[in-house]
Amino acid sequence: MGHITPRPCDEQILFLPGGNTLFGRKLEALNVKLGHTILSQLKLYLETPVEAAPLAVFRILFGGMMLFGMLRFWSYGWIDKLYVRPQFFFSYYGFDWIKPIGNYTYLVFAVCAVAAAMVAIGYKYRMAIIVFFISFTYIELMDKTTYLNHYYFISILAFLMIFLPANAYYSVDALQHPRKSFQKIPAWTINSIKWLLCIVYIYAGLGKLNSDWLLEAMPLKIWLPSKFDVPLLGDFFRFEWVHYAFSWGGAAYDLFIPFLLLYRKTRPFAFVMVVIFHLMTRVLFPIGMFPYIMIVSSLIFFDAGVHHTLLRYLDRFLKLGKQRFDTGTILVYGSTAGNRLKYAVLLVFFGIQLLLPWRYLAYPGELFWTEEGYRFSWRVMLMEKSGYAQFKIVDGKTGSYFYVDNTDFLTPFQEKQMAFQPDFILEYAHFLKDHFKKDGHKHIQVFVESYVSLNGRLSTPMVDPRVDLAAQKESFEHKPWITPFNDVIKGI
Amino acid sequence: MQRIWGIVLVMTLIWACSSDNGSGSGMSDDVDPGPGPTAETFARGPMLANWADNIIIPAYTDFSERLSGLSAELEAFKAESSEANLVALRNAWLEAYKAWQHIDMFEIGPAEAVGLRLNLNSYPSDTTIIESYASKGTYDLKLPSNRVAKGFPALDYLINGLGESDTIIVAKLGSETAKTTYIAYMDAVLKDMRELSDQVLSEWQQGYRDTFVNNEGASATASVDRFVNDYIFYYEKFLRAGKMGIPLGVFSGNTLPGNLEGYYDNDISKVLFLESLNVSQDFFNGKHFASDAKGESLAAYLDALNAIKGGEDLKKIINDQFDTAREQVTALGTFREEIENNDPPSNMLLAYDEVQRIVPLLKVDMVSAMSISIAYVDSDGD
Repeated sequence: MGHITPRPCDEQILFLPGGNTLFGRKLEALNVKLGHTILSQLKLYLETPVEAAPLAVFRILFGGMMLFGMLRFWSYGWIDKLYVRPQFFFSYYGFDWIKPIGNYTYLVFAVCAVAAAMVAIGYKYRMAIIVFFISFTYIELMDKTTYLNHYYFISILAFLMIFLPANAYYSVDALQHPRKSFQKIPAWTINSIKWLLCIVYIYAGLGKLNSDWLLEAMPLKIWLPSKFDVPLLGDFFRFEWVHYAFSWGGAAYDLFIPFLLLYRKTRPFAFVMVVIFHLMTRVLFPIGMFPYIMIVSSLIFFDAGVHHTLLRYLDRFLKLGKQRFDTGTILVYGSTAGNRLKYAVLLVFFGIQLLLPWRYLAYPGELFWTEEGYRFSWRVMLMEKSGYAQFKIVDGKTGSYFYVDNTDFLTPFQEKQMAFQPDFILEYAHFLKDHFKKDGHKHIQVFVESYVSLNGRLSTPMVDPRVDLAAQKESFEHKPWITPFNDVIKGI
Repeated sequence: MQRIWGIVLVMTLIWACSSDNGSGSGMSDDVDPGPGPTAETFARGPMLANWADNIIIPAYTDFSERLSGLSAELEAFKAESSEANLVALRNAWLEAYKAWQHIDMFEIGPAEAVGLRLNLNSYPSDTTIIESYASKGTYDLKLPSNRVAKGFPALDYLINGLGESDTIIVAKLGSETAKTTYIAYMDAVLKDMRELSDQVLSEWQQGYRDTFVNNEGASATASVDRFVNDYIFYYEKFLRAGKMGIPLGVFSGNTLPGNLEGYYDNDISKVLFLESLNVSQDFFNGKHFASDAKGESLAAYLDALNAIKGGEDLKKIINDQFDTAREQVTALGTFREEIENNDPPSNMLLAYDEVQRIVPLLKVDMVSAMSISIAYVDSDGD
């Protein structure tokens, strides 16, 4: 490791929109000295030059896993199955212009995979991560049937990484352009990834603080007994206390793991917990890449020494000469307009991340039932919910009707997801209306008989069967045609 | 210390890549089947054994016997083409058709491999093809395109649909030319049916039984998960829609009596429907074939799960709904009368609603209680 000489740097700025004035002045009025201390502490926390190695390791692992993830998705034939073959796709509100593009969809995945590889090696990093973010997000927006919290996590993480100097160290960019090579970077660039992980964990933990999860041990009480064939643990899954232990343990894990990772002394223990927890979820649930992504991401909490070791291991194979990157140079962001804009974007970004999970409070009714404000909120594995929806096409004039065979239009996966989510039901009803209109039907009304079961409760109708869904419009407002949930789930 | 973490990381990554093996089926939740559950839990193995040994194999055996009974009656009719022998032939056909309802839902393993259902019971049949094959005498019944010209529906046409009265039918079937046309074709159709079903039975007896029973795990490819999917698919698609909903016109807006099962025999559609409904309910309750004894079943499984979870008695709710549906359908006239004489066929539509109500109970409540994923979609979840 090269010797490091921090350069005195008067270009450093502390940018806090609103903060410098509002926050600063208030403190000034109280105690100038104290205010100065807090501000300089904050400044230190954000701007202290720190080793760039952790971010480099993060970039390599992130890019590598994304590349692997894309190839895995492709090799399983899921592109064809999920995005090429279906004749109808469910769109996010406002994004119905984003659709799979037939066989060119493969191209989007290819672009995404190449971008991921370029991120991993740090070649034309900024462009690569932007392309990755756009292509990955495009893929996720094509059909909301496939929505997963961890895909959303990857999208926003990729967005954040656009603004991080992840190619400063041990990258092709740094190798080719010594000007862009830095051994140290501002602390916030690494801390921001930690913040995002903390948000994910803590909100996932808060989401579990409800009566179904804690008092009924639902849905684990349903899921665990069905995993009787898991080696070693399988035999225990029939005991009720195990369901409660897993429920409470899971909630406690999510709520406290960020702090255990942040605190140096508990960090090794916390990492072992991370590995155990996520591998357990991997064994128990069809959860794909998510466990590995979380395990790898939590490495960012470790000191730079660990990352330097990892890079030394890597360098034995790549033989790039890791010491070439230990230049002692420090990246400092000047107070340019561009940088100010960057900070503003990131502040808004984190503000949205903090607020979005609470938007459900703006809707009446039970969140788990209506799912209004459910997505993008780190509510992970909280519900055993399934449904059945039978659509009835009625001629409003003559009253004659027929039922729809959903398999004519939807894949089994789409039908399954559609049947218990009101926004899917509405979108599909409109699709049916348009379809039968083209077939020459007139005065079309669309009604649905739906049955939804939530966390072991007996199925009940979720949508008012008397409401003509063809006449209802999608919006961010509450959907009054959702039948109220006939039970109470207390909690967040 | 750093070295240790390096090793931990490398090990993790190796495990990450190797345990996520993406085996042939593409399931991401494939787990190694571990040791079977202990006695106190509900064991899936004994349930599978009950299905195989007391329901499925006896039903296939019985079916095979009914088909040979049908062959015997056909021989008798060939020897003496009388109206009495036609009636006897028809009765044997009906008995075999009823026995078919006992195996129709088991379209898994050998039956799935040969496509037993498509080969034996694709209806409505195409009478033009049947007539032309019977008169020409050259055909390949193994061709998928000929599925509409064979099996039970083809026999239905040949023994019920050739004329208005038995006298006319006997005259057509008993003629000298019929020996090389209609009768020869019936022989061929029956031979095809017997070959296929005997093949399925022998495969069950010679190994598939153990494959089926030993695949007692909880993954999406395990026997219980797969078969529950097949069972619900059968109920929804072939019992509810095929035997009732489609001819009733609930999916098309206008009635299609020609799509009834056993259309040419004016009044067996309802008989076959009720037989199939009973079989579905008996299967749910684990009732042995042709016996009142019961073994491990989906109903017992629900009971066992309910003991853990508490809550509604789903087993009773499902059985009650089966009973209600049966009562309503039993009260109807023959399906052809109901459909052809009423516009709209209100009573049958009401009965259909009761048949329909079982679907969400099985597909939503039961499956969710058992944590069986429907139509085993192989994608990630979170």
